[in-house]
Amino acid sequence: MTELPGNALALLTLGAIAGTYIWRWAGVMFAARVKSDGPVFQWVTFVSYAMLGGLIARMVILPIGPLMETPLLFRALAFVIGLGMFFALGRRVLPAVFIGVASFIFLVS
Amino acid sequence: MISDARTVTRLAIRDAVGFPSITLLASMTGFGSLVHESGLPLVMAIAATAGIWGLPGQLALVEMHVAGVSAFFVILAVSLANARFLPMVVSFMPLMNREGSRTRWNFALVQMLSINSWAAGLKRFPEIERNFRRRYYIVFAVICMSAGILGTVIGYLGVGLMPRPIALGLIFMNPLFFAVLLAGIQSRASMIALIVGAPLGVIFHLVTPDLDLLLTGAVGGTLAFWLNKRLPHRESTQ
Repeated sequence: MTELPGNALALLTLGAIAGTYIWRWAGVMFAARVKSDGPVFQWVTFVSYAMLGGLIARMVILPIGPLMETPLLFRALAFVIGLGMFFALGRRVLPAVFIGVASFIFLVS
Repeated sequence: MISDARTVTRLAIRDAVGFPSITLLASMTGFGSLVHESGLPLVMAIAATAGIWGLPGQLALVEMHVAGVSAFFVILAVSLANARFLPMVVSFMPLMNREGSRTRWNFALVQMLSINSWAAGLKRFPEIERNFRRRYYIVFAVICMSAGILGTVIGYLGVGLMPRPIALGLIFMNPLFFAVLLAGIQSRASMIALIVGAPLGVIFHLVTPDLDLLLTGAVGGTLAFWLNKRLPHRESTQ
């Protein structure tokens, strides 16, 4: 965690930046030649989204850090409210997030 | 067809100030708060926002690092979580650039591409003369990135001053924002992958916290890929 020396933290961050940039770079490099709807890229897209789905669920159900001190029920409830509002309000992002976060603050206070 | 610089600049400013900037300001405020509450330095928060420039990857970086995952796996997971940039860039670049213009600038400009600028470009480029599309993108993306970095700093510095419930709310904003933004992608394929991945993320975290995201991606992604092929198609996949 925070015991990690500054250099190691900087390297980690730079590594993550490079690991992200590589996709952007490859996109520019091969824009003309890559078939982004081929089976391999389709599979990579599925892998990517499955990871994101897993990360969201994990952050809500098994959070790390300050949210650990809040009850699972509150997190789940506020999450469902926020997501439900998103669809109920015709896919409007900001009101949905605002209502979800406000419900969470109300529940934990 | 819009073909003068002033009009293009004004159009880009009008499109960027408003929903995209406010969304980025708010979501990155959540991210900045998370970095602060994780005990990590401000410079890392700013570097992650400007360098990764995609909330999911930024969250993966901070969350996995705090969970104690080794650097190699963190970087691998962040990279894979951002693989969606490749198809985005591939579909964006040919629309933005003049035919046959493959300048080195593209390698720098592509860093600012995010889902906001991608969507705005795809929507506006058909109305803009080719020579001015790049100007539109730069103005739009610079405004977005400024809003994102500003939000990161506000969240980082602000969260400590907030009463505890509000600070917790700012951190809770991360998964919620993330979910709502992804739910907005109206593609059957990504929906299947998200839904398959969600339970796996929790299960694998309990079994092997170090490899949870990578396993979720490999197993869930493959399963979703297969499911998408098997399930009857009502609409096109992308």
